[in-house]
Amino acid sequence: MASRAFFMRQVVPILFGIACLLAVVVAIELLIRLGAINRFIVPYPSEIAGSFKRIIVEEDVPARFLLTTGEALAASLMLTVVGISLGALLHRMHLLRLATETWIAAVASAPLVLMYPLFLVIFGRSALTIIMMGFVSALPPVILKTLEGLSTTRVVLINVGRSFKLTPSQLYWKILFPSALPTIFVGVRLGMIFALINIVGVEFLINFGGLGQLVNELAERYDLPGTYAAICFVILVSVVFFIVTERIERWLRPGT
Amino acid sequence: MAAAPNASARPGDGGSASAEPLLVVDDIYKQFETPEGPVIAVDHISLKVMPGEFLSVIGPSGCGKSTLFNIMGGLLDDYQGRVSVAGETVKGPHASIGMIFQEESTFPWRTVIDNVAFPLEIAGMPKAERHDRALHFIDLVGLNGFERRYPAELSGGMRQRVSMARTLASEPKILLMDEPFAALDEQTRLLLGDKVVQIQQQLQQTTLLITHNLTEAVQLSDRILVMTYRPGKTKRIVEIKLPRPRSSEIVGSDAFGHYVAQIWNDLREEASRGLKDDESRRAERRR
Ligand SMILES: Nc1ncnc2c1ncn2[C@@H]1O[C@H](COP(=O)(O)OP(=O)(O)OP(=O)(O)O)[C@@H](O)[C@H]1O
Ligand SMILES: [Mg+2]
Repeated sequence: MASRAFFMRQVVPILFGIACLLAVVVAIELLIRLGAINRFIVPYPSEIAGSFKRIIVEEDVPARFLLTTGEALAASLMLTVVGISLGALLHRMHLLRLATETWIAAVASAPLVLMYPLFLVIFGRSALTIIMMGFVSALPPVILKTLEGLSTTRVVLINVGRSFKLTPSQLYWKILFPSALPTIFVGVRLGMIFALINIVGVEFLINFGGLGQLVNELAERYDLPGTYAAICFVILVSVVFFIVTERIERWLRPGT
Repeated sequence: MAAAPNASARPGDGGSASAEPLLVVDDIYKQFETPEGPVIAVDHISLKVMPGEFLSVIGPSGCGKSTLFNIMGGLLDDYQGRVSVAGETVKGPHASIGMIFQEESTFPWRTVIDNVAFPLEIAGMPKAERHDRALHFIDLVGLNGFERRYPAELSGGMRQRVSMARTLASEPKILLMDEPFAALDEQTRLLLGDKVVQIQQQLQQTTLLITHNLTEAVQLSDRILVMTYRPGKTKRIVEIKLPRPRSSEIVGSDAFGHYVAQIWNDLREEASRGLKDDESRRAERRR
């Protein structure tokens, strides 16, 4: 019985997900073969699948994958530490919050990636530029979601803490923070997506580093199957990050 | 203002005459500022509670019962009057006052046992020891077998019992309970009520209970404070002179019925006043 429940909960969703993906791939293949999609713009999925091995061997994908993942990881760590701290600071200082919240929200929707020449001047044509670009452009959602999580903590939970005479720091770490964690994680996940988009984008733009540069090169060579295969690796990076954050969240904040 | 509070039934008349009161509520007045103007939540309420006494508070919804408890628990400031515990003025939460809140208040990220052990953890008790003690209180509220569950996996009534056990685990001298049984079925409510009285008698805990249930109030209490509809004043303080321990048989007795009828009379007046007030306000809004 237990194994059956496990099967229904854990295995079936995964199988269903894979089946959906395959169905979409097959549908695209068919649509291209029928001529509904221009095959000079979208290559056959079978061709893309066939080019994985080629780009892994010839284009040094493992090293590029690690580089892009490493950049994304560095940006995400900075993002988490700085974003959550700033969010917490705004929560503490009401005046600062009133003064800046709207601005941060405005920055969140600004295309900061266009500022990459400025970053190039400051940090040089290096991985650091890419990391900083990803970090800065992903900061606003982390700050805003942290702030939201902390300030929507239910009053009665705070009252429980107060009635047990918690010190302000106990109140913060034992009640406000764990209560805000799910919302904070929404922000961190959003931030990671922002960061990855910007990292790959800047790699592409400044022709430096990992998967973004590879996409650029392959596209310029008009190697469409290779380009799409490289994009699949970018997606893989984001899947890895998603899974890891989910694990961390469940470990930090059980019971949800 | 209809129905002035019964002036002859001064608070503090009940209980043993010689002892000093443990909890003194002296002329508390609290009003909230709202967009529709100020709302008087507690209107000059005074109360003396003796050590070991069980006092219930009854009153129509919105009359200010929770506000009064929050003031006694030191969670609200900006009120007039004075609250003192054993002669010491209450400024902020007091170590000897434990509160059980009306709203759901378990920590969803902690298991039942870690919820209950929370005050012990704050007090710095080692893990093994505090889990041991927590188990005792989990047992007391009838939740054995659920220690490792998270609140999301429990029913509303079970969650309420978790918060109850959590407050009991801190072993406060004074226990303020705001409708702790509201989410329970009648049978559990009776059983748990018995448990609460048992604990209260054992630990000589001074207990204040907000309830809407007349039977419960009469069965559990030494005295009952009946509050008026807004503004919340003392309508009457009824002393329940029934012998203890009070089994469920006493509920059928004449004396018991007499108390219930008397309090119901007071309450009906206030409740209907409340309803009328709500209706007229609704009509006003429609206009
Ligand atoms: N924070 C607040 N701000 C403004 N008004 C409030 C606040 N808290 C309570 N009130 C008002 O004070 C009055 C008393 O509220 P309170 O919660 O004490 O009622 P209650 O007697 O506990 O009611 P119930 O039996 O429904 O729980 C209500 O009219 C409510 O609208
Ligand atoms: Mg209330």
